[in-house]
Amino acid sequence: MNTPAHGEVEAVYRAAFGTVVASLTARFRDLDLAEEMAQEAFVEAVRRWPTEGVPPNPAGWLTVTARNRALDRLRRESTRQARHEEAMMLTTPEDPRAPVTSVTDERLRLLFTCCHPALAPEAQVALTLRLLGGLTVPEVAAAFLVPERTMAQRITRAKRKIAAANIPYRVPRDAELPGRLRGVLAVLYLVFTEGHLPSSGEAGLREDLCLEAIRLARVLRELMPDEPEVAGLLALMLLTDARRAARVDADGTVVTLDAQDRSLWDRAMITEGHELVRACLRRNRPGHYQLLAAVNAVHTDAPTAADTDWAQVLALYDQLYAVTPTAVVALNRAVALAEVEGPAAALPVVDRLSLEGYHPFHATRADLLRRLGRGEEAVAAYDRALELATNPAERAFLLRRRATVAHEVR
Amino acid sequence: MTQYLLSVWHAEGDAMPPEDEIQDMYTSVEEFNEELRQSGSWVFAGGLHPPTTATVVDGTGSEVVTTDGPFSESKEQIGGFWVVEAPDLDAALDIAARGSRACHGRVEVRPFQDE
Repeated sequence: MNTPAHGEVEAVYRAAFGTVVASLTARFRDLDLAEEMAQEAFVEAVRRWPTEGVPPNPAGWLTVTARNRALDRLRRESTRQARHEEAMMLTTPEDPRAPVTSVTDERLRLLFTCCHPALAPEAQVALTLRLLGGLTVPEVAAAFLVPERTMAQRITRAKRKIAAANIPYRVPRDAELPGRLRGVLAVLYLVFTEGHLPSSGEAGLREDLCLEAIRLARVLRELMPDEPEVAGLLALMLLTDARRAARVDADGTVVTLDAQDRSLWDRAMITEGHELVRACLRRNRPGHYQLLAAVNAVHTDAPTAADTDWAQVLALYDQLYAVTPTAVVALNRAVALAEVEGPAAALPVVDRLSLEGYHPFHATRADLLRRLGRGEEAVAAYDRALELATNPAERAFLLRRRATVAHEVR
Repeated sequence: MTQYLLSVWHAEGDAMPPEDEIQDMYTSVEEFNEELRQSGSWVFAGGLHPPTTATVVDGTGSEVVTTDGPFSESKEQIGGFWVVEAPDLDAALDIAARGSRACHGRVEVRPFQDE
């Protein structure tokens, strides 16, 4: 036993929360009970660990403590008695020091329940962060800049629907798995992108959300090691987040890839991301996230911006467009095309896309027009991008570029 | 096991499908209903006359008030429903998908409260 350092109890708790909730949900089939008891076990840990030391298996200790408290609660509550009779009859309180069997499978079941397509996407994200990520309701609310009450209601309503509609607590069958896994990956990526590029609020970056998304992707990778898209998503997040320190300058302005100080990139994350991408290539079952990760691998592989293998990036976007034929992918492909064949080749491709309400479309057009010396049109395109962009760091960048181009025109 | 109401909704002003499509629909719904009976999911089902045939009765006051027309003034009206029994929502959603295909309409899945 060792005495916990400051913040250690919280770190352990955050890492173990999903495990505790999953294990209790598997046992009692009651998300509310699982969540409340996980919370109570944490309170107990905060009270006891500083004097008694952190137990050798903290997750196990928290699980058993939460489970015993749940059983106590059920014994007291006669109304719930009928529903939980079985659980009560089977069990006597357990020794919190006893080893706990693997619960990885249960965490996976919990993740698929939280990301069930019958729940609204924003509820899926909120539930995942709350029940698997262990974020408190105020933290989840703050992450998405909605009032705490709204977030509390959203989470409560989702849990009520899971119970009332009997949303199953299981990993989907093979036939359903690809579609359902796409939903889970989309939720994790949504958490990540909201951290990487917050759509509102003061911050240009939300590091905590990025890290949480990476942590959950690691859990998923551990649970589904044979799914290349899971590895692809983790690689994509790592290779994107590796550039975090270089992405926004001291003034809070976005720094584009070509202008970033590459010595600020996180080499360990890049190495890990590259290894994952190579593992995906060996499997040769390309998918959306793997291809995006591969694009980022090419960028992070170049010692300087001038060394970037744009032909390779373009080829990857061609593949990506075959998998995901959307206008947004076509736009990103056009950016690579501009590097390979020049802005004059890319502009007509961009102009054919109907992405009027998407600010990167206007920002890309503006940049191509600027490079073609069509300053006035570029300024108009920057103006349109600025009408739509909400992220403060991006806005700062667009404003700066617009000012430079406008100055040249004059 | 949970019981679910699978209701079929139509928007007012939806064009009536041609006669042969209606016949196809009846046939496919009858086949689907037979599948439900065979699998043990069947509880009850029925198609409804148009909303213009509905009457609203309000017995909450001292006098019973009867008014012509459907309760909801919205454009979407219920056209028919199934009540099915399924082990969980995924199973109910699967039944609903087949029902939707059979009746050429969108289906809302809603759980019944436990008895």
